[in-house]
Formats: sequence, C-alpha cells, structure tokens
Amino acid sequence: MRLSCQLGGHLYAFRDIREVMGKANDEKSGDRLAGVAAQSPQERVAARVVLSHLTVRDICEHPAVPYEQDEVTRLILDDLNTRIYDQYKDMTIGALRERILEAPAEELAVMRRGLSSEVIAAVCKLMSNLDLIYAARKMRVTATCVTTIGEEGTLSARLQPNHPTDDVEGITASTLEGLTYGVGDAVIGLNPVDASTESVKAILNRFAELKHRYEIPTQICVLAHVTTGMEAVRQGAPCDLIFQSIAGSEKGNAAFGISNAMIAEAKDLMAHEGTSHGPNQLYFETGQGSELSSDAHNGWDQVTMEARCYGFARHFQPFLVNTVVGFIGPEYLYDSRQFVRAGLEDHFMGKLHGLPMGCDCCYTNHMRADQFDNENLAVLLAAAGCNYFMGVPHGDDVMLNYQSTGYHDIAAIRETMHLRPIPAFEKWMEKWGFWENGKLGQHAGDASVFL
Amino acid sequence: MTEQEIRAVVEMVLRRLGQDSGPAPEFPVQETGDVIPDITEVDLRKQYLVESPHDQAAFMAMKERTPARIGTGHAGARYRTETMLRFQADHAAAQDAVFSDVSEEFLSRTGWPVFQTTCRDREEFLTRPDKGRVFEPDVLESIRRSIPQGTQVVLYASDGLSSSAVEANAADMIPVIRDGLEGAGIRVNEPFFVRFGRVATEDPIGEATGADVVCVLLGERPGLVTAESMSAYLAYRPTRGMPESRRTVLANIHRGGTPAVEAGAHLVDLIRLMLEKKASGTDLPV
Repeated sequence: MRLSCQLGGHLYAFRDIREVMGKANDEKSGDRLAGVAAQSPQERVAARVVLSHLTVRDICEHPAVPYEQDEVTRLILDDLNTRIYDQYKDMTIGALRERILEAPAEELAVMRRGLSSEVIAAVCKLMSNLDLIYAARKMRVTATCVTTIGEEGTLSARLQPNHPTDDVEGITASTLEGLTYGVGDAVIGLNPVDASTESVKAILNRFAELKHRYEIPTQICVLAHVTTGMEAVRQGAPCDLIFQSIAGSEKGNAAFGISNAMIAEAKDLMAHEGTSHGPNQLYFETGQGSELSSDAHNGWDQVTMEARCYGFARHFQPFLVNTVVGFIGPEYLYDSRQFVRAGLEDHFMGKLHGLPMGCDCCYTNHMRADQFDNENLAVLLAAAGCNYFMGVPHGDDVMLNYQSTGYHDIAAIRETMHLRPIPAFEKWMEKWGFWENGKLGQHAGDASVFL
Repeated sequence: MTEQEIRAVVEMVLRRLGQDSGPAPEFPVQETGDVIPDITEVDLRKQYLVESPHDQAAFMAMKERTPARIGTGHAGARYRTETMLRFQADHAAAQDAVFSDVSEEFLSRTGWPVFQTTCRDREEFLTRPDKGRVFEPDVLESIRRSIPQGTQVVLYASDGLSSSAVEANAADMIPVIRDGLEGAGIRVNEPFFVRFGRVATEDPIGEATGADVVCVLLGERPGLVTAESMSAYLAYRPTRGMPESRRTVLANIHRGGTPAVEAGAHLVDLIRLMLEKKASGTDLPV
C-alpha cells in the first residue's frame, strides 16, 4: 500500500487511509472544520493520485470506525456478498472508477453488492461532477410502497406542506394546491412542529382522509421520530411509511436516538401493521456533516460518513432516501459550489448502494447560495436520474425556515426534461385536469376544484 | 413590466434594505405619485393570483390558515413575476441581515463599546462556530475591566446571524431591561456589543466577570418571513462546557412576534426569578 506520491516535483506523504480520504475530497467547509481537508489544491490532487492506486481491499479493510466498536460498520460489512467482493477486491480505485463509467446497468447492480460504503465514497472522490451524473444516470433503482417509484422516464416529488403551528386546515390548503401541480406522487409528508403522538396521528388521519376522498394513488407519512411513528401505528393511525433521520456511525445514530435494532423493529412493525403493502415501507433522510455536528465522525471526512449512512440504509430496503443537502449550514457546505457538489455526490453514492435515492435540493439563508443555484442543482440531478425532489409552496418552507424546490419547479423540470410522475399518479392527474400531454393541465394551480 | 419598471422595483427593494441595516444608499426619491408600491408590504395571506378559479372564496378560507405561499397561480410551469420578485426581495433581506455588519452609525449612536471574538471576518464566523464562542485573552480582560465589581447581571448584544435583528430591536430593549433591573435594586452593567458572536460567548464572559446572570441579545438566522428576529439567551453563572440545557431562551423578538419593549419587560421578570432561584434553563422551576 503506497501512501505517498510525487506531484509537480513535490513529495506528498500521507499518514494513513483516513488522511488520504479526507484530503481527496473536493473542498468543503465541514472538512476544514474537522481539520481533515487538503491544505492546497495540489495536495488535494496528490491525495487523489494516491487514492487512485489504493485497492478496493485496502479501503474495505480500513472502515471509518472499527468493526468491533460500531454496529453500523458491522452491518455494512456483514451485508457484503463475499464472492462479488472477491471479483473486485484487487482492482484499484482508479480502475474501479473507469469500470463504473463503462459498465452496463446490469453489471452495476451486481457490483454494488460487493462494495462497502467506504469503497463507494473513495470512488466518488475521483469522480468529476459530470462523472457523477453520467454514472448515476445508468442506475435506475425502483422501490414499492403503495405505488412504485424510480421507473425510467419518471421524476417524482414529495409534497411537503409544512406549517409553523401544524394547523391541519392550513396544511390541507398547501397539500391540495401541491397536488394540482403534480406534486405528491413520492409521498405526502409533513415535518411536524409538535412531535407528540396525538398531533402526529391527527395529521396522518387528515392525509388518509384526503387520500381516500380524492382516491389519490400515493403514500402518506409524518416525519416524526421513529419511536413516535411506531407509537402512532400501534395506536391504529393510518401510515404508509415510517420516517427517521440517520447517521453514518453508531455514535451518530445514538445522537438521533436510534439503533439498528430500533429501525429493524420499525420495519417489522410496518410489514405487519402498515397501511401500505410494501415491501419498502421506510423513509430515511441524511446529509453531509451530521456526524461531525454530533462529534461522531471518528476523524473522518463528511463524504465517507455520508456514504456510511447509505450502507446503513440499504440494509433496511427503504422506499425513500434523500439527502437534505444544504440544510445543515455554511459550516459544512459554505456556498453553491459546495452544495451542488455534495448533492451530486450523495445521489451517486446512494444509487451505487442500490437505494431509491432522491434529494432535497435546499439551502439556508446563511449560506452563500440562492434559488438560482438551487434550480441548477435540481436540473443537474434530474439529468442524473434522481428519483424525487421536494415540492414546497414557492420553494419557501415556512416551518423549517429554509428554501427548497417549489411546486412549480417540479412541473417545469418534468416538462423541460420530458419526465413524468409515477404512471398511476399521472392518470389521476389527467382525470382532474391537472396534467395533459406531458404538461400542466387547465386546472393546475387551482386547488378550489377539490372544494 | 418594462425594464424601467423592474429597475424601479429593484431600487425600492434596495432602499428598504438600506433602511433596515446600514446607511441608506442614495437614490433620488420621487416626489410625484408614480412610485411603484412596495411589494414587500403586500399581505401574502390575502394575495390570490389564480386565474378564473373554480371557487376562490372556498380556497381563501383555507389559505387564511397558513403563511405558505399558495394561491400564486403560474406562468406556464413557472412562477408569476410578482411572486418571484417578492421571494427574491425576502431572500435578499435575509442575506443582507446575515452578511452585513451592524453599522458604525448604529454603534456610534448607542455608544456601545465593541469587542470581537477570535473570528477574523464574517466568513470565518460562518464557517468556524468554535471561534465565535471565545475571545483572545486580552479582549476578555478588557471586557472584565469594563464591568464594575459587584455587577450582578451582565447584559450585551451580539450580531449572531442577523445584524438587522440587533439594529431593529436591541436599542429599544436594553433601556427597558436596565430600568427594570435598577428599579429592583439589581446592579447591571453598561451594555456592550460583541462582533461575530455566538450564544456561548456567555460562558467566558460569565467566568471572567463572576456575574450571577449573563444575558446576550443575539440576531437569529433569518427566514423569509422576517430577517429581524432576535433572541435573548440567559444563563445563571454560565461556565465553559456546561450543558446547553442550562440556558433559558426568549425567542422570536421582532415587530411581528414579541415586540422589543414587551420582551424587555418579560426579561426583567425572568432575570429576577433566576437570581431568586439561583438557576436557569431546565433547572429553573417555572
């Protein structure tokens, strides 16, 4: 294993794989905050040169947190198919990058079963932005809850009707309008302010009522903590998907108040008591930097820790996984360049793990980014074959106080890139006059047709 | 809209931002009645731009219940011009609140001495939260020396993530707090300002001064609804590394939330309770 290289007449020597992995990342403020970023552009390239010569085995045998200490590591490594791993273990990361770019989709679907999260993070660091789009575009990943997401030619959207006080009528107003723009085929899902079981049940009941009254072919969810979600289901609330935010280490998950066992319990509960048939009945959110923010990164960079979230997620076969890419703030992703890069990285890494990956393209007001940057990221990810985005009224989330993609953005991206909602949802939209010939229809934007 | 009209709207927005934070840029103010009205003054809850709706009244009855930007209509699959510009105006106000400094004019008017954390500039403040919680030893010593022995309550303002919030609220609030405390015989310092400060600046200041209660008025991360929201964070004898649960927070201080003067009166009661119970945060019985 060679950890040093000559570059431009200078010798660059790295202590260990952790240092190489941190310094090979494209520049991120979070890696600087963690003290793992390259000191100069040349050192960054030197780290990539070294990384390109390391093998799949070198990376796989050096997980970010030791196997004995961390249940996320154990889950990632125990899930690998050893025969497939053996086929790739002597390949360098540089060669793996080329193989991923060349390989047909069928080969990628097999290959991923032999790649650990750290290996997927490593190859991501050698990919340019267009590489990330090109490679991800080949990987269609479908999942089924009530309907099936991720089919070729589709782009779905979560309807996110958040409200600063969880007022059910206000939430309903946003929900109905979103539906008229074709938003909500991924899920109708609310981030609650009041995380009590009673409040969560009240919102789930309203969503179920709307779904039945208007015969909407979709899934419903309230994004409370998994323990609250489970309690609501046990008390009989209608629920198609249980939600949880996840991290890439046991310590990070502990900071979210979860464990492997707890997620396994939720999966089992949904299989028996969920209102969807599945088999995919979980919804996870991630985002670069969350491990550092809970001091659970073990000295590793945020791309590697993010990849481990996906390794954790794939064990549980979720219906939805999305990075909330720009939510965490400028100490992790400073500006539009950094959050666009992170969005492309996360989507690629999720898809290579075999996840039905979406993205919350978003930013906070203390980042150096605006809605134009956000639109750019959404178009890039749509080109990359991203499964779904968020749909928020006019892009402004009045509860979480950040900006995301708006109802209109979903419609415009579908139209410009010839993408459609999930087929059953598309038929439903056509019936109501919200969609005609691959475009918004005459009643789009007029939620009063429901009243 | 013609290009000229758009420019006029942009100038209006810029002028408004100028009033909120920092010296107003010099624009010729037209005396005639042909000025385009301020788009940020439109009440979004009452705005409805859907063309030939099925039942406007029924939808408006629901829309009243949410501040979300709905009932906006569309142009093809895109936003209408008016709502797009309003969104941009609100975001511009938020960005201006985060990325600009509290103005020299404001600081000279209040006469507050200024102390800076270890952050060199705003970029470092935004990317290195650790550096926005501490002071160089000589700066901390200057703060200590500026506060008389026996001061029970140390009160200061800090920009945090919104300079606009401090300018809009802190100067109105501080006299209310000081009058209230002094009236109750509680010794409070002459206020000062901390540049590039985070909440935990309270901890070194508490340790250096030995005050019983430390209170910082801090600009909050702006949303699109308001860029002027400030919070007061209080702690009883704060120390570095103490659990965050020991802080008490009074949030949402702005014109549309709890107005500064009302919040100041509330803070006086809260500080008196902390002094009496010798506790703060979750330790404070409410």
